[in-house]
Amino acid sequence: MSAVGTPVTRVDGPAKVTGAAKYSAEIGLPGMTYLAVVGATIASGRVTAIDAEAARAAEGVLAVLTPEDLPKIAAEPHLLPSLVGGPAPGESFFPMQDDVVQYAGQPVALVVAEEYEQAQHAASLVRISYQPTKSITTIDEGRDQAYEAERLFGGLMPARSERGDVEAGLAAADVRVEVAYKMAANHHNPIEAPSTVATWDGGNLTLYESTQGIRATQQTVALLLGLPIARVRVITRFVGGGFGAKAMVWPNVTLTAMASRYVGRPVKLMLTRPQMFTSNGHREEQEQRIAIGATRDGQLTAIRHEKLSITSPFDDWAEPATGVSSQLYGCENYLGIHRLIKGNTMTPTFTRGPGESLGVFTLETAMDELASHLAIDPVELRLRNHTPVDPFGHPWSSDGLVECLRLGAERFGWSDRNPAPRTTRDGEWLIGTGVAAAAYPIAFFMPPQRARARIFADGSAIVQTSTQEFGTGVLTMATQVGADALGVALRDMEFQAGDSDLPNSTAAVGSAGAGMVSSAVHAAGTALREQLIALAVGDEQSALHGAAPASVKVADGHLTSAERPGAVDTYRELLSRNHMSDAEALGTWRPPPLDTPHGLLTFGAQFAEVAVDPELGLVRVRRLNGAFAPGRVLNPLLAHSQLMGGMLWGMSQALLEGNHMDPRYGRWAETNLAEYLVPVNADAPEVRVDFVDVDDELVGPLGAKGVGEIGQVGVAAAIANAVFHATGRRIRSLPMAPELVMDPAADGQ
Amino acid sequence: MRPLTYSRAADVQDAIALATANQASAFLAGGTTEVDLIRAGISHSEHLVDINELPLRGVEDLPDGGLHIGALARMSDVARTPSVVERYPAISRALLLGASEQLRNMASLGGNLRQRTRCAYLRDGVSPCNKRELGSGCAALDGFNRGHAILGTSEHCIATHPSDVAVALVAFDAVIRTVGPDGERAIPFDDFFLLPGDTPQLEHPIALGELIVGIDVPGAPIGRGSVYLKFRDRQSYEFALVSVAAAIEVDDNLVTGVRIAMGGVGTKPWRARRAEAALVGRPANETSFRQAAAAELAEAVVREHNAFKVELAQRAMVRGLVHSLNRSQS
Ligand SMILES: Cc1cc2nc3c(=O)[nH]c(=O)nc-3n(C[C@H](O)[C@H](O)[C@H](O)COP(=O)(O)OP(=O)(O)OC[C@H]3O[C@@H](n4cnc5c(N)ncnc54)[C@H](O)[C@@H]3O)c2cc1C
Ligand code: SF4
Repeated sequence: MSAVGTPVTRVDGPAKVTGAAKYSAEIGLPGMTYLAVVGATIASGRVTAIDAEAARAAEGVLAVLTPEDLPKIAAEPHLLPSLVGGPAPGESFFPMQDDVVQYAGQPVALVVAEEYEQAQHAASLVRISYQPTKSITTIDEGRDQAYEAERLFGGLMPARSERGDVEAGLAAADVRVEVAYKMAANHHNPIEAPSTVATWDGGNLTLYESTQGIRATQQTVALLLGLPIARVRVITRFVGGGFGAKAMVWPNVTLTAMASRYVGRPVKLMLTRPQMFTSNGHREEQEQRIAIGATRDGQLTAIRHEKLSITSPFDDWAEPATGVSSQLYGCENYLGIHRLIKGNTMTPTFTRGPGESLGVFTLETAMDELASHLAIDPVELRLRNHTPVDPFGHPWSSDGLVECLRLGAERFGWSDRNPAPRTTRDGEWLIGTGVAAAAYPIAFFMPPQRARARIFADGSAIVQTSTQEFGTGVLTMATQVGADALGVALRDMEFQAGDSDLPNSTAAVGSAGAGMVSSAVHAAGTALREQLIALAVGDEQSALHGAAPASVKVADGHLTSAERPGAVDTYRELLSRNHMSDAEALGTWRPPPLDTPHGLLTFGAQFAEVAVDPELGLVRVRRLNGAFAPGRVLNPLLAHSQLMGGMLWGMSQALLEGNHMDPRYGRWAETNLAEYLVPVNADAPEVRVDFVDVDDELVGPLGAKGVGEIGQVGVAAAIANAVFHATGRRIRSLPMAPELVMDPAADGQ
Repeated sequence: MRPLTYSRAADVQDAIALATANQASAFLAGGTTEVDLIRAGISHSEHLVDINELPLRGVEDLPDGGLHIGALARMSDVARTPSVVERYPAISRALLLGASEQLRNMASLGGNLRQRTRCAYLRDGVSPCNKRELGSGCAALDGFNRGHAILGTSEHCIATHPSDVAVALVAFDAVIRTVGPDGERAIPFDDFFLLPGDTPQLEHPIALGELIVGIDVPGAPIGRGSVYLKFRDRQSYEFALVSVAAAIEVDDNLVTGVRIAMGGVGTKPWRARRAEAALVGRPANETSFRQAAAAELAEAVVREHNAFKVELAQRAMVRGLVHSLNRSQS
């Protein structure tokens, strides 16, 4: 029986609910000391003086480190997404190398003390004097300095994509829709704040780190400290959520290692909640515009999609927003552009549904407007523009968009809808429904992924790779995959991860985690199974001796062959007969080349029902339905919870999440979870997740396309479209706060 | 966190003596405000006097049909006390719509009244803020002031008073009972909250070591039909953008009595006396409600991001009156 595809509950569930699971901040080491980071309170300028006298005199303080005390880094950091598999600094900048301040919250001094509270208190006593210079921290401040970026993501991707003649396509259209949106910055806030424990043993550094990429952490810290990679070990037992905040390696990790070397003791850093707003990137403030043209029967003739956003002084970073709008529909003329403003914020970073979630918001709300202009049903409009191939004419590695739209519409009851806006009431509430297509690109930037499988004489087995559990359920999923690949029962298999000493796998970002880990684990389990089958068929004492290896099947540790009805051998007997205490194999999965002749998107469709109180501007989401085609579903329970979580995040993006920069000071206005709003249970509607089966032979041996991002994509658009359907009004900024949604006063005020 | 000393008071006099002995002392009830403020470096208290063992947790009947609520009664307990639910549903609702269940289980009524504004510029510890450092200015005036007040403001401070239950209590003319070094006092609710004026650092007319022992809510039959509505971005665990406590009495379709107070819009829990005055004797319908609301908001002073509250507050007030009218008629 196959374990893959069954709803196995989390193997780490009991450890998590009993507290036995240890997170990085819970690691205790003899002689532990605590680090507090002092962040700059200005956004741009210089530190002119640091008065650390009172802090040094405070109880328990071991050291106050300023740039003068801190060693210089061994190499300049260069931003590169962690998916690539190399060093992955979150920004091309390292603080405390001189007196320059580039953004508020940038570390300017470090305090190490015997206790956490002592370190925090002493940090509050450090007096920093600044010479501020004028800063730019909002789009409005820097609008006239905007430039068109050439490449994004540390040079990985072109910032412009173009085909056909978009202006001609727009001119030739029967109808045009042109819309612009403002989107507030978002700060991901996993409940576990980033934490690091650093400890040195001679020239060897061990880090316990809350990260989505332990190998990325290992390589980044080694680079910055000038250490051989082999001298740095990163251990990550459990991570309390990442969502992109822990996808890259931020300066605080290396600073902790430096502080530990300085005081000669283990050092623990736990960022405070306010520091999470200035320490691990954010989704940048942005504006998007889109112009689409179509024929009277709804065929798209042109799409022009532009994004303007603010980045840091040192990186051309924008979440790419046009990867979906350039491919989702058949359209000959396309132009996608990213413009940037250099500002005094840290480099923005991946935030769940990176880039494409807001790109799809823009595209899919515009499609909704087009549908109403043309009086075509919004689902039908999307079906009419579906394309079986990507813009290069390559077929999708697997599709499913049409099926998702149809299934979602059916399950949601879409056909019952009165298309006219502002027609359905329920007491004080106006009711509306909306739809959006969803898609998320699959990127094969990663190097080969490896895992090791091992079986012992008693039939118990492990499979290992250097990934980490950050809430997605990878430990469970990989146990299932490993058990099937090797041919043992689930109870005999344990998956081990969370240590950079294990075989390489790359940071879990961009929905790639499940695909990479499952492929590597599958390869390792398969390699070991084949090795053992070869052993059996070559073993004269085996009942399967001489059978063709390809004919041998293994399940629950029992080997059988269609060529030998009734003959059985077992892994245990095989190993003991051959005087082997164990056997092991390494498995490698090589991702397809970047130029594979396939279109690579994961598809879905989102449906939302909202209730809007038009007087007070309140929006309540009553129902969310998502239908997705993520390829092979490795574990329906885990996939469901990933997708549902993504959908609720999408609701949050539509209605609640937004941070505001105060340009006078260059500081974020909301720096705690009372002020920075995310949904609470009371906001969560009924969420329904449906799957559409698609076979995908390209994306990996198991055909899993990933469920990390796609759940989040399209939800905000479906909600915005539903708000329009309820009220007859289009809201042009995110989040759609009550003041934007409420009907204007009768006197126009 | 700053080093602190801590002592536990055995009785009311002990609490007062312990608190007056140290200029930088503060009472510690549930700690849900005080500990936050110490961590943020906003509260300068160095000595905490834990008052949780004082016998001030009860809710008792007053002879006039009103209630006495002990200062240490927990928000969650008061909200579910049958006499509160029956006589002043608005008080119960206001409590239940505040904070989260975990916080309400810790948080006391006395502490609730002394919670401080959520103005982020006060709490960030660095921006100009007259409440934190008199004379440094008010960063909110031209800053991100969506949550800030439009009534009772001054050019020195526009911070909103955040309490929900205080809004319901002010509607019923509650009285705060204190015991201090100079003896007992009864402070009318409206006088307990000071307008910022040019002394925004002063929030309550209360002396060092003066302990709130309880709150008297006078008997008021009108309270039985009262409502408390709270409007905000998310459905729980958020302070009000606008809230309204309302109770109305009608005879022959004319308003004979009305209580209205608002949260989220004032620098103190805002008793809407102008609106009340405009309503008494008028027909109980949406037109008069709307006019009364307009009268109350006529003097609103708005800033860049909170101008929407003028209209929102009026609609909320009308909504509150309609709901309490329906309730009093059902
Ligand atoms: C995240 C969050 C959300 C919240 N949301 C809401 C909300 O939506 N609505 C709402 O109304 N409130 C809300 N609150 C505030 C909460 O209700 C208050 O923090 C709580 O009521 C304070 O009570 P406490 O007993 O914990 O006070 P403490 O923190 O112990 O004390 C607060 C202050 O009052 C003083 N004090 C306490 N008791 C007395 C007394 N008997 N006499 C004199 N002085 C005293 C203390 O010295 C201190 O200065 C929220 C709080 C938090 C942290
Ligand atoms: S509104 Fe009041 S609390 Fe806020 S910054 Fe101004 S003075 Fe300080």
